Amino acid sequence: MASTEQTAKMSVQEMIAKQKGRKGKKRIEKSIPIILFVIASISVLTTFGIVFTLIFETFEFFKRVSFLDFLFGTEWLPFSNKEPLFGILPLIVGTLKVTLIAIVVAVPFGLASAVYLSEYASDRMRRVIKPVLEVLAGVPTIVYGFFALTFVTPLLQQIIPDLKIFNALSPGIVVGIMILPMIASLSEDAMTSVPNSIREGALALGATKLEVAIKVVLPAALSGIMASVVLAISRAIGETMIVSLAGGSTPRFDSDMTGSIQTMTAYIVQVSTGDAGYGTTIYYSIYSVGFTLFLFTLLMNWIAHVISKRFREEY
Amino acid sequence: MRYIDHNTVIKKMSSRMIINKLFKVIFLAATLFALLALGILFYRIITQGIGYLSLDFFMNFGSRFPEKAGIHAALIGSLWMMAVVAPVSLILGVGTAIYLEEYAKKSKLNDFIRMNIANLAGVPSVVFGLLGLTIFVRALAMGNSILAAGFTMSLLILPVIIVASQEAIRSVPNNLREASYGMGATKWQTILKVVLPSAIPGIITGGILALSRAIGETAPLVVIGIPVIIQFVPENFLSQFTAMPMQIFDWAKRPQEEFQYVASAGIIVLMIFLLLMNSIAVFIRNKFQKRF
Repeated sequence: MASTEQTAKMSVQEMIAKQKGRKGKKRIEKSIPIILFVIASISVLTTFGIVFTLIFETFEFFKRVSFLDFLFGTEWLPFSNKEPLFGILPLIVGTLKVTLIAIVVAVPFGLASAVYLSEYASDRMRRVIKPVLEVLAGVPTIVYGFFALTFVTPLLQQIIPDLKIFNALSPGIVVGIMILPMIASLSEDAMTSVPNSIREGALALGATKLEVAIKVVLPAALSGIMASVVLAISRAIGETMIVSLAGGSTPRFDSDMTGSIQTMTAYIVQVSTGDAGYGTTIYYSIYSVGFTLFLFTLLMNWIAHVISKRFREEY
Repeated sequence: MRYIDHNTVIKKMSSRMIINKLFKVIFLAATLFALLALGILFYRIITQGIGYLSLDFFMNFGSRFPEKAGIHAALIGSLWMMAVVAPVSLILGVGTAIYLEEYAKKSKLNDFIRMNIANLAGVPSVVFGLLGLTIFVRALAMGNSILAAGFTMSLLILPVIIVASQEAIRSVPNNLREASYGMGATKWQTILKVVLPSAIPGIITGGILALSRAIGETAPLVVIGIPVIIQFVPENFLSQFTAMPMQIFDWAKRPQEEFQYVASAGIIVLMIFLLLMNSIAVFIRNKFQKRF
């Protein structure tokens, strides 16, 4: 018996020695982190790819069109045969119109939903409403676009007879519905992270639930709520299919909400579905518009980041 | 010293309570607005499209005539695209997550990678289309093929998969890892045989949700130049193809009223697809997720 025990013991020691001596395993252990690092750097390469693509092609665009005309021009007529004009302001105005309407729709409804979910709703109610918001957030934007064009616009036309088929109002409202779940769920997260002791303190002083929600919880969660709104603005600015289907393709520099507009994203789609050849000024113009769009959303994301970092209250 | 006047408190109390009740109803109504919007959306699309859903609709290719139009090429095309997106985005996403959670030390470079992923998540999808057009379609000469579209979509959903995988890996408790090291396992053995098996339900759930976003995304495909009228099914990954959202976009734009119904039918098919994928994700989450 003793001898078998000894051989067994020996074999374990040998096994360890053998394992330690094996080169292949060491090589795997050494190379895996490097392989994974290379994979991880692809996301960085993607960002560089986006930035360099936009910069290079935009540079090409500015060889043909003056930078100042682009920045301050109030007319965007790229398809004009005589004298094409590339002033980005009408496209920015179109984008801002849609974004403004979307925010006007989404902020009150989103915040009210968030307050209801975090302060009033029973567990059963929450279990019904949260999946609905998730489904609403998962609906493809093309479906929303179709909804805006075939349902919301005709409905609005019954209320506002002057409303054109393509307008800023209808896609704005639908973009608002699209970003509503984002504001609701991010704001609700911010509100539920306010500790209960603060609520109970206010309730003990005789405040009603509404007063607790408005005067205690909302101020405490303000940074998270503001960040959610800014992120939602960023989403609305970058939204493409809803505005392409229901917004029209008339870039205009005015404040009219009932007529056809064009946003930056819708212009990119218009050129992409048309037959502008590779290397034409119109081809490069989608990159300059894309670059402007990219800067807008980057700025918004950065603001959201700063708000949630700087004004966060720690409990 | 002033004392609180009991009478004014009581007098104010009732109006405060009424306002409280009123706002509770207002908040509930605002919350139900989302429910209402979703309900109308589904009701409209189902009632419009259900009449056009038939076996022919699944077997026919795109057509100028609404009664002959079908979603066959788009459905098959979307599936082909998913065959590229699923492996590429999962390998890249899970690999990045493992690196960030298990290997990355606190350094400026790794912080930069993290920040970069957060930023990438905020880039509009149409801009990813411009990236795909320049890099995959033109520079790498893939044309408007399944491969080019698949790669673009993979990059688009990459941040979502990375974040979901990171959360899944982070939720594996450290004592499992330490037990594995204690048994003499190396780091990679621990990751492969201990961490990943526990994290895989969370990773798959996040992955499916991200893929369902890729299947419904339209803007990058439009920018890449995916055609709509395609009369054949793809033969390999370099074939031209069309996808469901592209086909719906084309139908929705057409002026004839009948095409609205065809578009609704297409949307029903797309939504059934998404619903199926989401239910699978929820099922996996509920069935396999371990709580530590």
